[in-house]
Amino acid sequence: MMQRLAAVWHARNLEFVRDRATLIFTLILPIALVVGMSFVFGGKERPLFKIGVITQVIDKGAHPFLSERYTEFVPISDQAAGIQKVTHQQIDLLLDLHGTPRYWVNTDSPKGYIVEKLLLASVSGAHREPVTGAAVRYVDYLFPGILGMNMMFSCLFGVGYVVLRYRKSGFLKRLHATPLTAFEFLSAQVLSRLCLILFVTTVLYLGIGSIIHFRRTGSGLLAILVAVLGALSMVAMGLTIAARFSSEELVGGLLNLLTWPMMLLSGVWFSLEGSPQWVQWVAGIFPLTHVLNAARAVMIDGAGVAAISTDLIYLASTSLVFLAFGAWSFRWRYD
Amino acid sequence: MNEPILEVRNLIKQYPNVTAVDGLSLAVPEGVCFGLLGPNGAGKTTTIEIMEGILEATSGEVRYRGAPLDQRFREEAGILFQKTSLQDFLTVRQSITLFRGLYARGLSVDEVIRLCALEKLEDRDNRKLSGGQLQRLLLAIALVNDPSVLFLDEPTTGLDPQARRNFWELIQSIKARKKTIILTTHYMEEAELLCDEIAIVDRGRIIAQGPPRRLLQEHFAEVMLELPRQDFPPSARSLPLRIIDMAERIEITTDDLDATLRTLIDAHVPLSNLRIRPANLEDLFLELTGKELRT
Repeated sequence: MMQRLAAVWHARNLEFVRDRATLIFTLILPIALVVGMSFVFGGKERPLFKIGVITQVIDKGAHPFLSERYTEFVPISDQAAGIQKVTHQQIDLLLDLHGTPRYWVNTDSPKGYIVEKLLLASVSGAHREPVTGAAVRYVDYLFPGILGMNMMFSCLFGVGYVVLRYRKSGFLKRLHATPLTAFEFLSAQVLSRLCLILFVTTVLYLGIGSIIHFRRTGSGLLAILVAVLGALSMVAMGLTIAARFSSEELVGGLLNLLTWPMMLLSGVWFSLEGSPQWVQWVAGIFPLTHVLNAARAVMIDGAGVAAISTDLIYLASTSLVFLAFGAWSFRWRYD
Repeated sequence: MNEPILEVRNLIKQYPNVTAVDGLSLAVPEGVCFGLLGPNGAGKTTTIEIMEGILEATSGEVRYRGAPLDQRFREEAGILFQKTSLQDFLTVRQSITLFRGLYARGLSVDEVIRLCALEKLEDRDNRKLSGGQLQRLLLAIALVNDPSVLFLDEPTTGLDPQARRNFWELIQSIKARKKTIILTTHYMEEAELLCDEIAIVDRGRIIAQGPPRRLLQEHFAEVMLELPRQDFPPSARSLPLRIIDMAERIEITTDDLDATLRTLIDAHVPLSNLRIRPANLEDLFLELTGKELRT
């Protein structure tokens, strides 16, 4: 079994590496996106101060300070997550108005310094909780998103179209005439794509990361685990689409139907915080959302395995479900 | 006769609105080249694909060495489909290596390359091969596991005459290794040259089976006279001859050549373009079905 799996795996790798145009496109697209997006958004300072308030809904009548002009108040339900945002300067200050007012401010943040002055002019006797930490730039936020999006396209289209092409050309039918089983074939495709994605993602991580001076705070091994499980889940998802169908139009449509919502709703470009609940619920279905949540938690917040365990379990479970369904519904022939 | 290596029993394959194979049975002895002959749409490819285990029959069974088709059959069968594409960006050697890796036993890649005369092409991208070269590569892939039984589905269709003759030489060299070969074709010359036994298939059924020479002897004691249609005057149609109208020519079947020639000379039929030949498989098919083989 391993000999057959290795033969198909090796041949698929050769095919990918020799398809220069696709390989170059796979590497260039994310670089262009990061450079472009960071150019468009990176230099632009936000015109408002942004203050997090520990509450479910902002009630401007609750305190006069909440009516300050040129300041955006965002509700934050989780104090720890709010403090994390202050640390990364994603908000300029975190305010808790329950009981004796408390606030957290980043002493490394110039905007935090100004907002603190505004706050103290309006709220007397507030208890100060200083935190420190460098700002998370937009490009730092975007970077894992671009890596994840590139991974998603490579997984879904790379596997989906390749299997479809093999089926239409009769190559799958020829393989079917050998002792190779559907499980061995699919496993070889998954492993080949996984290796290629990890290689490409590593190259992009090192290449783009050095260009934008990205500083990873969490465990590298944990980031790799997120990449492996995320790629597995999305490759397996691509296989379920390609397992049975023979129409390029149908498969292309289905892949677009999956990739576009994932690209828009999984938090590649912006955080989904503050978006309607149903959007967050839909986004939670997509593997890419969990990849990005976990990757950003590890790479930016330095989270450990416990903090991202829900995402990891979701990715592992969907990998198994998609693979099992793909193997069950797999068809060798083009009819 | 040897024990059959492959047996097909009462095979039926139905598609919506058409029965492609209609109760076909046959037995292939080990070590022979067995030909399935028939026009396009006769059910040859459907039959051979069921025998290969690629297609499921509606009913009936195929047995290899007395057992249903199983993993052993897949290990020991070599298959050349009528139409196959290979993986892109691989060379000839890499394509063979890929398939060699799918079998537990077989010939070495070098042996297969030598056997199919691919030495000069082994580093060429398989997409850049000519039709004849690609067919040799596909044959090499069918041979990587040193198969006991080799299926060739119309292997020379679309090849130019030279490439076809080269391919026949290859098949003959494989025959010399005592391999069992199942061949479908609609080229009579190919069947006569390569096959030890043939089954003529029409509308999904076998209508005649046996060694080609024996079948011809059974059905024809005559010779065929062929004349161009324009050389055969309308008045000659009333002559006491067995005349068959073909597209471009007139065929006359006779078991008394001297008498037939005298009749034609007496009727002033010009004989300068006359061709006399023995009956062939095409004639046999025409005799049995009333149809030309390549229609």
